[in-house]
Amino acid sequence: MSTMYEAAVKAEIKSSAVTFDKKALLPPASAAVTLLVHLLVPDNPGYMQKPLPYFTAALIITLAATLLFSILSLFKQPIREKYTYKAWFIAAAILFLNLYNVVTLKLMLIPVIYFPSPDRILKVFAEEWQFLLKCLGYSARLLGTGYVIGAAAGITVGILVGWSRKWSYWVNPLIKLVGPIPSTAWVPIALVSFPTSFHASVFLIALAVWFPTTVLTSSGISNVKNAYFEVSSTLGANTVQKVFRIALPDAMPSIFIGIFNGTCSSFLTLMTAEMLGVKFGIGWYINWQREMLSYANVYAGLIVIAVTFSLIITVMFRIRDRVLGWQKGVIKW
Amino acid sequence: MVEQKTGHISAENLRKIFEQPDGQILEALNDVNVDIKPGEFVSLIGPSGCGKSTFLRLLAGLIQPDDGRFTLDDVAIKKPSYERGLVFQDPTLFPWLTVYENVAFGLKIRNIYKEKRPEVSDFIKLVGLSGFEKAYPHQLSGGMAQRASLARALVNHPKVLLLDEPFGALDAFTRMNMQDELIKIWQRRGTTMVMVTHDVDEAIYLSDRIIVMTSRPAKIESIIDVKISRPRERDLPDFLYLRSKILQILDFAGKKEELQYYL
Repeated sequence: MSTMYEAAVKAEIKSSAVTFDKKALLPPASAAVTLLVHLLVPDNPGYMQKPLPYFTAALIITLAATLLFSILSLFKQPIREKYTYKAWFIAAAILFLNLYNVVTLKLMLIPVIYFPSPDRILKVFAEEWQFLLKCLGYSARLLGTGYVIGAAAGITVGILVGWSRKWSYWVNPLIKLVGPIPSTAWVPIALVSFPTSFHASVFLIALAVWFPTTVLTSSGISNVKNAYFEVSSTLGANTVQKVFRIALPDAMPSIFIGIFNGTCSSFLTLMTAEMLGVKFGIGWYINWQREMLSYANVYAGLIVIAVTFSLIITVMFRIRDRVLGWQKGVIKW
Repeated sequence: MVEQKTGHISAENLRKIFEQPDGQILEALNDVNVDIKPGEFVSLIGPSGCGKSTFLRLLAGLIQPDDGRFTLDDVAIKKPSYERGLVFQDPTLFPWLTVYENVAFGLKIRNIYKEKRPEVSDFIKLVGLSGFEKAYPHQLSGGMAQRASLARALVNHPKVLLLDEPFGALDAFTRMNMQDELIKIWQRRGTTMVMVTHDVDEAIYLSDRIIVMTSRPAKIESIIDVKISRPRERDLPDFLYLRSKILQILDFAGKKEELQYYL
């Protein structure tokens, strides 16, 4: 007990002591340099636009935030460890923005139409955020509907095929034949088979999720060790209980892999569907802005997609880690 | 507490064949007749392939005989039931459940968890796993996992406990410990025990009767009463005598097999 106490006290002392790590200064230094370059180097006269405040504002916020973390990391050990580990990357990322700003706004080394300055991309967020949010909402509705249908159908069919010989006999060949077709190849049929392009797109997304989920659920279910079923039946389990209390939890790691694969192909299908005809999605937005040669808006759309999708994946991995906490060494994202 | 009047097992003309992939028919059990009294501890011993595991699986109801029948308290065994608990050599704990949830599994699926809730902790304590309730199977040693597996079977209050080489994968020291624990549990609960083992010493140390089986033909060679008073010592003359007797029978059975092979 006393040694545990001592260790706790030592940890307390360690974390409360002020510790300085030079690396913690990298991000604010990088932000400061970028800000100075942006303010002091004159814009290229060929850049036909009045000066915008957005990049300056963003850099000041970044500088403040990184400074705050630098100060916090003096006192808190966990923050220090994470922050100093990431310090090089954050600094480099800010410097990359600096470089891009110089190459576009300051020197105009690359075509302005296709590569707008950071200011102009930020301007889209500042002025059109409501419309972007609306587009994101439309995309979310489409993706969510298709995804839920596809995942539910995938898990159901996967369980049936993995569990029952009859289902496997009749449905497996169908899965093998139909499954590998990229769901976007169904576009011509989907468009004429459904009343609206929204319904058609839901179908395509559901299909994209359904296939990998079905295949990996059924393989997960059929690979459950027979001994688990035998033990559970000597404990009094009936067939339904064996499916839901043995087969399903044991197949869960495999089901998650299926769902992840499905998620990635659903993103792809969503973008294709929206570029084909569904109105008011983030994919539709990008396509529309590209046609109007508003590349700043295209980049803003891409950033929205990148952030949202990566957020979705991160949340899913969190859920997975929670559900599969019983496994030894789950894969990290 | 030893007032168990249930748990009477009877096998009548039991026969089980397996068809092999090449179409050959393998006789796993042929005309086996046994009667096991309520609360008795019986071991099955014999060379591999003598059908002792088949015997246990038939008794569990996991497979059905091709002829004859198995009864428990005069009711024919048709399918698995919580009345006949099973413990394998591999603990086969459900890896997605904690020790506590594994032990509670039987009660939960039988919908009696609410009333019998305290028994989960009782049985975890009985097998000496208190403090490990929240551990997952992969965090347990082999011996601890087997204890949990024992508790999981016992929580259902089975009339019969079937043990398929339960301590076969454990080191010698843990194994001897577990044997003593098993004896204690058996004496306290009076459950009928049927154990398959490779270990002659283990069979003598634990059992009231030992069924010695032969392979080809797969049948019972002889049934030996172990009349040594408990607690037993492994180095007493009676023990050693029985041991050499069983080994002799097994050896003889093996030679007969060889003879048949040459013929």
